Amino acid sequence: MPVIKTIGRAATHTLAVIALLASSTSGMAETRPARAAAPVWQENPYPSTYKPYPGEPTAIVGATVLDGTGSEIANGTVLLQGGKILAVGDARLAVPEGFRRVDGTGKFVTPGVIDIHSHLGVYASPQVAAHSDGNEATAPTTPQVWAEHSVWPQDPGFSRALTNGGVTAMQILPGSANLIGGRSVVLKNVYARTVQAMKFPGAPYGMKMACGENPKRVYGGKGQMPSTRMGNMAVDRQTWIKAAEYRKKRAEGKLTDRDLAMDTMADVLDGKILVQNHCYRADEMAQVIDMAKEFGYKVTAFHHAVEAYKIGDLLKENGICAAIWADWWGFKMEAFDAIPENAALLADAGACVIIHSDDANGIQRLNQEAAKARAAGKRMGVDISDGQVIRWITLNPARALGIDQQTGSLTQGKMGDVVLWNGNPLSVYSRPEKVWIDGALLFDTADPARRPVSDFELGLPGEGDVK
Amino acid sequence: MIRSPTHIGARFGTLLAALLMAGTTHAAPAPASPPSGDFAVTNATIAIGDGSAPITGGALVVRGGKIVAAGKNVVVPAGIPVIDGTGKWVTPGLVTAMTDLGLLDVGGVDESNDSYAATARFSAALDVSMAIDPDAPPVAISRASGITRAGIAPIAGNAIFAGQGAVIDLAQNGPGTIHPRAFQLVELGERGAELAGGSRVAAQALLRNGLREARELAERRTDKVAGTGTSAQPADALLTRFDAAALIPVVTGRQPLFVHVERAADIHGVLALGREFPALRLVIVGAGEGWRVASELAAAKVPVLASALADLPGTFETLAATQSNVGRMTAAGVRVAIGGFYDNDQPRYATQFAGNLVGLSRVPGAAGLSWGQALAAITSIPAEILGEGGSIGSLRPGYAADVVLWDSDPLEISATPVAIYIDGKAQSLVTHQSRLRQRYRHPNEGALPKAYE
Repeated sequence: MPVIKTIGRAATHTLAVIALLASSTSGMAETRPARAAAPVWQENPYPSTYKPYPGEPTAIVGATVLDGTGSEIANGTVLLQGGKILAVGDARLAVPEGFRRVDGTGKFVTPGVIDIHSHLGVYASPQVAAHSDGNEATAPTTPQVWAEHSVWPQDPGFSRALTNGGVTAMQILPGSANLIGGRSVVLKNVYARTVQAMKFPGAPYGMKMACGENPKRVYGGKGQMPSTRMGNMAVDRQTWIKAAEYRKKRAEGKLTDRDLAMDTMADVLDGKILVQNHCYRADEMAQVIDMAKEFGYKVTAFHHAVEAYKIGDLLKENGICAAIWADWWGFKMEAFDAIPENAALLADAGACVIIHSDDANGIQRLNQEAAKARAAGKRMGVDISDGQVIRWITLNPARALGIDQQTGSLTQGKMGDVVLWNGNPLSVYSRPEKVWIDGALLFDTADPARRPVSDFELGLPGEGDVK
Repeated sequence: MIRSPTHIGARFGTLLAALLMAGTTHAAPAPASPPSGDFAVTNATIAIGDGSAPITGGALVVRGGKIVAAGKNVVVPAGIPVIDGTGKWVTPGLVTAMTDLGLLDVGGVDESNDSYAATARFSAALDVSMAIDPDAPPVAISRASGITRAGIAPIAGNAIFAGQGAVIDLAQNGPGTIHPRAFQLVELGERGAELAGGSRVAAQALLRNGLREARELAERRTDKVAGTGTSAQPADALLTRFDAAALIPVVTGRQPLFVHVERAADIHGVLALGREFPALRLVIVGAGEGWRVASELAAAKVPVLASALADLPGTFETLAATQSNVGRMTAAGVRVAIGGFYDNDQPRYATQFAGNLVGLSRVPGAAGLSWGQALAAITSIPAEILGEGGSIGSLRPGYAADVVLWDSDPLEISATPVAIYIDGKAQSLVTHQSRLRQRYRHPNEGALPKAYE
């Protein structure tokens, strides 16, 4: 397709995934490092150094609480202490001595929003060629690359996701140029000097895979395999065969050479890394489900699954979530059968629904996207409660990221990741008013000092503005 | 766009035929068809579209394809069909000032995409009215979302001048009206720099040269008529004669010039251009940093077409982008419409964007719009920008009866049109998507495969 600079909102969804711009070579002539010690095979060589910021014991009272599990509490009370959810209840829940009271009358409380599909940091703003770090589009399978090694922690997009979207955690994925794009990373949405200090403690890794048009277009365009959908499957299968052999040798202690790519894939086969699979069409998802059975791995979620509504039964049966936009349609051939009732039909079939963004703008409105999807269902006669809809952007993505024991719902003992909305978050007129992450107040519309500004924006026009 | 001859061949034709066939042999069950022609809506919330607040318990009367009256205390003539609007909202049909509707079937499918001509021999002369396809699936999707009129503009592919846009209606049997060559579009920001050879400096030189060549061609034509010269382009001309001729209406102020720029400095530059060439009828498109020069824009009376929610420094020309941009410019007195709508930013999102600007007015420190202003930014103001402010985009008497009946507050995310009229004629709400929804309401196969449903 023509690479078009659209007027208005950048078309990041199409440009980001296939951006193949030559990156600048400046800064590559560094002095050679001193000879390192013999490599050590570490399980977790780039560990999270995230530390929660201090918060004060807080009681949000009088708000409607949509707790992320699907439940709704009118005139509810949410207590935060020590960075955790201390208790959630109705008006009968007593506020302990010494808690700061936040009046939630007429307002709504939800868990922090979680985006399971973001490219913040790897396709950072400004989206110049020098920031194009999301697709290692030099080989059709690159399981050896790790998104966290591309994330720029100063992406201004993180702040917009927090202040306008109430996003407190997200998965950053490599793009979809490759069949196997590499490892994802889960971040807390708290600015830090290093990526390690943003990494969600204890979150499992994901591995990005992609079906369909993108890999075959990118590599077919270079005159190499895959150039067809059958080529996509063949390359995938051949790579899984290799991974299975590697895994066997690794388990038997017979490896002579370490292979970063195969390490990741063997960890998938061991169930330690979750497969996050970009796949639009129903028929292709069905192929992938069989491929996963053939090689003994599990797909955790199909992302951009615009045709998931056609196979809700199959997804339910195999325990696979559909991570979808509410209503993106028609921008490429494999999105031609997208319908806004996708989420509702999946919910109706009992399958797991997640609303995702894949977009630095869309991540600011996941609540609205969920609301749109719900409304489309309602018109068709599938009525889904506010609470269940909020679950699509909180507990369900948390579960598909393997972090649902720590966050994703307002459940006693979980992280104090909480959004206070100035109205029903399923209304276009509502915005986050305050956001807590691990109990620390990190955004407050009433306090400009609680509004993050990335290094990039300092001293430039618009620094510190409402965005 | 690059089209190899094989792509135009049988395969695509067959597919298209199959789609058309599917449409005719398995037509959707007809919804209870709303009345066409003369009709009234009563007991509805009426939003005129001119910036005023919505009126509850109002009525609308349509006769002969025109609005007769809308608002409170409207007398409904005896004998015309009446729609009970209880619980419903009525607005003018939505107007999109700049979009690619009708120029593509699927954006990512090059073979179907006429929005962009990277290797064309012409630029300013390109005239989209020749290529608009009212049957393109995005047109039906947009119509079903309440869009009734649109300015269709090409994307600049090979030169700073993108070509000439047209204004169409989205009526289901093809536009009843096409106003061709309604405006010219030029790129003068980052994109313009790239197209001009690498810098804004080059883009400015090309622009001025283009305007000069157009002026000189107009003079030569006069001379030719007088028998004292030739209208042929001089040897050092950069534009083809066809392109230069297309710019004559621009330099003489008969055709508006839409200029895409984003950063404050570039907006200043466009305003300076307006002083240098006073005949130009300028519209600024983009204006991501427009709020920083809002008072100058207002003083120059240059209207703006801006994205509602762009708030990222996506490029170095939008460092100061904020969702408060539209609100701040509007407060300063600039006429601002929401747009343009290209690629995946489809016109059907206009109501969501407008609703967000209303929501923003409740955020401390932010600037949004009132409800009435927000609706105007997607109805009457884009109509004005397209030069059609006296005939579409409002429910004022005498305006075209482009009317949308909504199930609830149209700027709220859950709202949807229940009836749409263009020139008073009821429009189909059937789309590729609505047919899929019907087929997959119960996803499992019945007695026969889905293809038979």
